[in-house]
Amino acid sequence: MADYVLRRILALIPVFFFVTVVVFMIVHLVPGDPIDNLVRIGVTPEQKALIAARYGLDQPLYLQYWRWLTLVLQGDFGSAIVLRRPVMDLIRENIGYSLTLGGLALCFSALVGITTGAIAAAWRNTLVDKSIMGVVLLGSTVPAFWLGLLLILLFAVTLGWLPVSGAKHWTALILPVVTVGLGGMALVARVTRVSMMDIGRQDFVTLLHAKGVPAWAVQVRHVLRHALIPVVTLLSLRIGLIVGGSVTVEYVFARPGIGSLLIRALGQRDYPVVQGCLLMLAMAVMIGTLLGDLVQAAMDPRQREESR
Amino acid sequence: MSLSLKTQGAATLRLLGKPFGGIGGAICGAGLGLFIFVALFAPLLAPYAYDAQDLARIGLPPSAENWFGTDEFGRDVLSRVIYGARISLSVGLTAVALSASAGILIGALCGYFGGRFDRITMAAIDLTWCFPEILLALVLVAILGPGLNSTVIAIAVAYLAQFTRLTRTQVRALKGETFVEVSRCLGAGHAHILLRHLLPNALAPVIVVAMLTTGDAILLEATLGFFGMGAQPPTPSWGAMMSSGSAQLFNAPWVVIIPGLFVALSVIFINVYGDAILAALDVKNRIRRA
Repeated sequence: MADYVLRRILALIPVFFFVTVVVFMIVHLVPGDPIDNLVRIGVTPEQKALIAARYGLDQPLYLQYWRWLTLVLQGDFGSAIVLRRPVMDLIRENIGYSLTLGGLALCFSALVGITTGAIAAAWRNTLVDKSIMGVVLLGSTVPAFWLGLLLILLFAVTLGWLPVSGAKHWTALILPVVTVGLGGMALVARVTRVSMMDIGRQDFVTLLHAKGVPAWAVQVRHVLRHALIPVVTLLSLRIGLIVGGSVTVEYVFARPGIGSLLIRALGQRDYPVVQGCLLMLAMAVMIGTLLGDLVQAAMDPRQREESR
Repeated sequence: MSLSLKTQGAATLRLLGKPFGGIGGAICGAGLGLFIFVALFAPLLAPYAYDAQDLARIGLPPSAENWFGTDEFGRDVLSRVIYGARISLSVGLTAVALSASAGILIGALCGYFGGRFDRITMAAIDLTWCFPEILLALVLVAILGPGLNSTVIAIAVAYLAQFTRLTRTQVRALKGETFVEVSRCLGAGHAHILLRHLLPNALAPVIVVAMLTTGDAILLEATLGFFGMGAQPPTPSWGAMMSSGSAQLFNAPWVVIIPGLFVALSVIFINVYGDAILAALDVKNRIRRA
């Protein structure tokens, strides 16, 4: 297992470097000159060149990349052009909010999704099953930002139970977490349901029943355990969905976070901030996928062998 | 990373439950047909022009004259939703068609020829998995400049990896089959084998996935529109309507609620109908074999 973990981590290193190239290049393809945003009208070309030199924008691309990469590896993303502060400080201020939201949304997706999926599988083809799957279908088809707006309208404006936006109190987390988590929950519930029904048809389940194991124990202790493997795969592959979902939802709820930082920076053409945020989000996806692979390998030894 | 991703498409597809079929599929097919009909004949069906402003009737709730109310410029929301169907559906369809065509081409070549070309291309395409679809699309639209064309391209790129992977897996699985070998022994060239034997057999699951992805693409278009990156005013895409309406959320919530409802409805129709087709064609077994 240790061998497997090491190999997976090593395999991520080239991916990381390619991602840094992409992140670096993407931002340099954007039209619009950041210096124009920085200087007042009527500035001389000499003054512009001076500012460009200060931010290293006058050098050839590969030199800019190399300089940028060496600094990034030391945790230095440079200075935000518009906000005029180190990007790392901005990220540090915001990342906690994003991790809280993403982590809680992931837990919500997993817990609620597995529970509802298991219930639907246990009472398959009944009204319980149909209504759960109906809600699940809705959850996976509604735009996240729209759901967020509706929840604000209902719980914050009409009922007045929860705050509209911001991140001052923990209650301000409830609506964003539900909004981000619902899409993931729907997927998890669907996969859990089908997976449990698949496993339930296997011989060892019949044997357990024949041995006189109580039905609930068969379902919870044996069937659910086997059924969770694809769910873990799905969850790890859907990390991106949760990360991406957080971006839009942070914006809707006016929450601080990497997502709202990125959206603001995109509008202002603040290259260093965009690069920092994109790299952070891409790393979140990569680490999430890695963790998912590892959990999966821990649960299913066959996976470890296959990748040899 | 590539290994787990390679199996992902097939595994996810195999496991996505199909609890709805039969009557549900038929109803959703009909609903989808209705949406397409409305989109095609928007100018005949819309009671007002989509950009007709009436400053005396700003932010009115739904009534007999304006079924879905009016927005912040006094424009009829129903008319804008009808015209919006054109934009949202056509952006979704075009983007997926573009993405699927490119994905089928690249995936078929990679799967058929294999080797270093395959490894390098797939490594490049897999890189897009590191960025969530919405981020990829947002950044691409920012690069290309906001507008409908860049929205289509951005959505197409966001789903490219999925189509490439799926086609590649299918072609690779079929490549070793006896009928391909026979055809090669008979002297058939690469192009003939690919176009006549491999692709026709590989495409069924790709087409179904393309259909299901159209729903996602409509969602993505709405999200881009909501960030002001998609259709530019006064063009009414559903996402753009929600974007401008969200400023008036507390005074005129219908401007936001109604377009979102239509996004959700069209995605539901597409998903359920796609599932029904999937069940009917039994492509699940083909995907399983891959």
